[in-house]
Amino acid sequence: MEHRGILLPFLLKAPMGGRIMLAVLAILGVAVPILNLAVPVESAFHVPTYVVALVGKYLCFALLAISVDLIWGYCGILSLGHGAFFALGGYAMGMYLMRQIGDRGVYKHPELPDFMVFLNWKELPWYWTGFDIFPFAMLMVVLVPGLLALLFGFFAFRSRVTGVYLSIITQAMTFALLLAFFRNDMGFGGNNGLTDFKELLGFNLQEGTTRAALFTASAVALAGGYLVALFIVRSKLGRVLVAIRDAESRTRFLGYRVEYYKLFVFVISAMMAGVAGALYVPQVGIINPGEFAPANSIEIVVWVALGGRGTLHGAAFGAVLVNFAKTYLTGAAPDFWLFFLGALFVFVTIFLPKGISGLLSRTPGSLPDLSRLKGILAKLTPKGAL
Amino acid sequence: MDIPRGNILIGASDPKFEPILYLDGVSVSFDGFRALNNLSFYVEPGELRAIIGPNGAGKTTMMDVITGKTRPDTGTVLFKGSIDLTKSDETEIANLGVGRKFQKPTIFEHHTVFENLELALAGDRSVFASLFFKIDADKLARIETVLQIIALASLREEIAGSLSHGQKQWLEIGMLLIQDPELLLVDEPAAGMTDAETAQTSDMLKEIARDHSVVVVEHDMEFVKSLESKVTVLHEGSVLAEGSLKTVKNNPTVIEVYLGR
Amino acid sequence: MVRYVYCLFLLLFVSTAAAAEMDERSLTALVADLGAKSFSQKAKAVEALAATGDHRALAVLEAMLERRLFTRKSDNRVVIAVKAGKKFEITAPLTQEKIATVTKGALKKVRINNRLRQQLKGSIGSLSLRHKDPARRIAAADAVFKSRPAAMIAPLRAALQSEPNDDVKAHLSRAIASAELAHAKEPATRLAAINTLAEFGGLDIGGLLKGLLLKRDNGTFAEANVNVRAAAQAVLDEVERSAAFWAAVESLFQGISLGSVLLLAAIGLAITFGVMGVINMAHGEMVMLGAYTTFVVQEIFRAYAPHLFDLSLFAAIPAAFLVAGLVGVAIERGVIQFLYGRPLETLLATWGISLILQQLVRSIFGPTNREVGTTSWMQGAFETASGITLTYNRVAIIFFSLGVLLMLLLVLRKTWFGLQMRAVTQNRPMASAMGIRTGWVDAMTFGLGSGIAGIAGVALSQVDNVSPNLGQAYIIDSFLVVVFGGVGNLWGTLVGAMSLGIANKFLEPYAGAVLGKIFVLVAVILFIQKRPRGLFALKGRVAES
Repeated sequence: MEHRGILLPFLLKAPMGGRIMLAVLAILGVAVPILNLAVPVESAFHVPTYVVALVGKYLCFALLAISVDLIWGYCGILSLGHGAFFALGGYAMGMYLMRQIGDRGVYKHPELPDFMVFLNWKELPWYWTGFDIFPFAMLMVVLVPGLLALLFGFFAFRSRVTGVYLSIITQAMTFALLLAFFRNDMGFGGNNGLTDFKELLGFNLQEGTTRAALFTASAVALAGGYLVALFIVRSKLGRVLVAIRDAESRTRFLGYRVEYYKLFVFVISAMMAGVAGALYVPQVGIINPGEFAPANSIEIVVWVALGGRGTLHGAAFGAVLVNFAKTYLTGAAPDFWLFFLGALFVFVTIFLPKGISGLLSRTPGSLPDLSRLKGILAKLTPKGAL
Repeated sequence: MDIPRGNILIGASDPKFEPILYLDGVSVSFDGFRALNNLSFYVEPGELRAIIGPNGAGKTTMMDVITGKTRPDTGTVLFKGSIDLTKSDETEIANLGVGRKFQKPTIFEHHTVFENLELALAGDRSVFASLFFKIDADKLARIETVLQIIALASLREEIAGSLSHGQKQWLEIGMLLIQDPELLLVDEPAAGMTDAETAQTSDMLKEIARDHSVVVVEHDMEFVKSLESKVTVLHEGSVLAEGSLKTVKNNPTVIEVYLGR
Repeated sequence: MVRYVYCLFLLLFVSTAAAAEMDERSLTALVADLGAKSFSQKAKAVEALAATGDHRALAVLEAMLERRLFTRKSDNRVVIAVKAGKKFEITAPLTQEKIATVTKGALKKVRINNRLRQQLKGSIGSLSLRHKDPARRIAAADAVFKSRPAAMIAPLRAALQSEPNDDVKAHLSRAIASAELAHAKEPATRLAAINTLAEFGGLDIGGLLKGLLLKRDNGTFAEANVNVRAAAQAVLDEVERSAAFWAAVESLFQGISLGSVLLLAAIGLAITFGVMGVINMAHGEMVMLGAYTTFVVQEIFRAYAPHLFDLSLFAAIPAAFLVAGLVGVAIERGVIQFLYGRPLETLLATWGISLILQQLVRSIFGPTNREVGTTSWMQGAFETASGITLTYNRVAIIFFSLGVLLMLLLVLRKTWFGLQMRAVTQNRPMASAMGIRTGWVDAMTFGLGSGIAGIAGVALSQVDNVSPNLGQAYIIDSFLVVVFGGVGNLWGTLVGAMSLGIANKFLEPYAGAVLGKIFVLVAVILFIQKRPRGLFALKGRVAES
């Protein structure tokens, strides 16, 4: 009961946007499963199963966005390779699910997944051991991205690589992983990836109840991730992160071991992304190396930028918004989606540096900040006209 | 303690004599340009020292070397007699007790004045200490004290980015102070200030120097005069002259350098 | 006395005529014998025919081997038959004269068994050594070199004696050495053979020698004599060393070729990033636009001036420069100028532009690869003795990229624009205060960098597929080159591009193309740890700000 004593005041101190988000998640987490399972299909209130999976997917992306906002919005680390951590978490879950197939695969091999039988492998590679045990697999979901982040961050931050250089090498990191996981002989399913999942913890993945449970789990994970991130940014550590973002050198001169702070938050962020990936995979039914694509990681950034970086809830909102647009456009006008996405990048960076959250959070009664717009117009018009 | 070599004459054979800062034969080159040239000098504990010199004399580079931002090509840099500063980086040196205020006010623009000071407050700098940090009465009191000294008490909840230039300078001095270092390195504290602000700054520094060692780099001669401290003149990367301001001002070489050939 | 000489002459004349007639007669007789029933008779005839050394016999024996030799049932005459529609055309074997056209039923095939087949092959081989065409003689010699029948040693030597052509002589000597190595009884002869072979070198010699050094199951070697084995080992080592050397040279060439492509792609980036501090994620698309411009230019040439097609590349280069350059200027004026001082935002905005450009091209030209033709003077290759192929188009690209680099250096150092560009890089406010229109300089710089990327696209279209994704394939490599070589430095870009290209190609045989790329990536990441500003970094306080 003491926990509630800490949690409630903490929740109340969350910004308005965050509180709204948590409330929405609470409602969704309960309402959606009910509307999907308990309400008859003919009713107008029925939520179709594909919507459950779709929104579940959005929630996972929202968690991923928060993980990126944590390091970018608050610490200035623009990771253009976070998709890698997401994918690694996804693969860990995928490996567990593959083991659960057992002998129900096409080749009916009790131990080896179909793709390994197809490659004429005789036994499970050593790195697959233990993935049939759920707790172990879940540990790997956070451990593998976390270790990669630890290793990568250690070398990157220690050599004081910052700014665009850092962004580029995170791109290189995810690109290298993309190339690696595409290879058939890596033992992760090659370019087909891992799929055809049957069960999770004994529950059939195609069942409505399982899907609903996964949805609720995603909502809980998002809320949990948000709270963890909020705790971090509200603490003194969070203030140090902002200090690092604004004046890294100064922070060093104050005696803060900047590398450790960056490493800490980078690893936490990677683990969060891993969890998001792990919840994503059973809901979409597949994980393949395409998730490592550099383009995916860059897309996450536009979610955060649009929603409003440095706010956490803004990032979540941006993720849902952009992915909703993507679902809609790729269905209605597929050629247009990429134009839209590209234009979104340009528009948000020039006109909405604070994202939509920035637009919404102006103090009541005052005019929106049009100075940017004025500046742009000044540059475009001949001198003296404005 | 060896008698220092280099271009300083001293009667320093007292075995208890241990400078808080000791530089000997320090040289630094950037792409062929010699920023520091066999620089040697020392500062006694509790001293307030002013360093003056024309532009390009190496003042900021010297600070960079002391605080670990730049590694010297040759030479010794010792803190409190035995700690070799050339082997440590900025964070370590800061934690050893050396604080620096930059030429350009470098504060945290998006934090409040209070938060700036809170960040600078001496204490455990580790990640987990920061994560679970809770401010207590002692720390609050300390911050209040410093706020008073730097005359920003009424602005404690203002975002630091909105302060005036002079106020930012003071905030930075405050941050330096609250760090409680043994040695303060202050780079051009009076830059961009009004006369009144300059006088206030001088008072602030003299107050601080009562129980800290302070090295001030400055151009403003009136300011240096008001500090009433020993003065070291740097020129082209090495010490040109040392002594009271009056002595130094009358040194013919100094006159030549400052007034041109 | 005169009567005596006259008789002698007559005798000589008659005997040679008789001999010739006898030759003619004996050839015909032998050919007739080929139609005999028994194989042993056929074998004797084949042997005798081979021994004549007559090239006409060669044609007959070849026909026999290829089952084109038949006997006409009516008169048992041996003929060569060729299918002509439903019937067969028969010709005289020695003269190739047409005799008649008959039905299949009128002919009976001259049958051969395996032994005869081998014999025929050998005989044809030895006869070929006397063929009119030197190329045929070389081929014959090489066939013996491979098969090494002992029986051919003598004919080879005989052929060598009377051979006028030096080239053919070389091949004959080689074949003799090879056969001797297999069959000579004296170790000394075999040793001599190895020394002869050593002079020729080449990988087929290697195979031969390896065979000698094979250890049999019972522990003995294929080659009994230890001295000969030692000599063989020595020559083999030399051959393998030589092969490894040439393989390295080939890797080097390919590495330089890749490096030159990387150089062209990266140099525009080095300018925009180095000079302007702008990360342009749409840079790859500038390359892609250049490649598509080449395609369009070629289509125009194909449609309106097909005879001038070979000049299309020369037209494509300025066209690509203009197209990519103009798009670059548009990007700079339209987007980037509003984001100065914010490199991360610029990165994101230009990424968005790259998506737009890719989709635009995809919508106009379709997502599949487009054919860009190679002009005739770029086709073909240099072939060196050791089998290294240097294709003309890659050689041209190497020179082209160096030329572009040089031209760029000249522009930077010697032109007024280059001076302005350098001034703006070093101190923007100061340059502006001196009256330099920094906005215009920025736009032109960006245009220049993009234009060069466009030219890179022209070069790339000659060696790679042209698709909307072309830019994506090179953007990461280009960044690696710039980051590795050091920002703001054209020489750094050159060194960076060549190093990465060569490293990539040397790793390929060991690790495969994909792993090789991964290694290079990881190596660059580690390298950045040691030298965060690249190879040729600008040091000092100015650069740090």
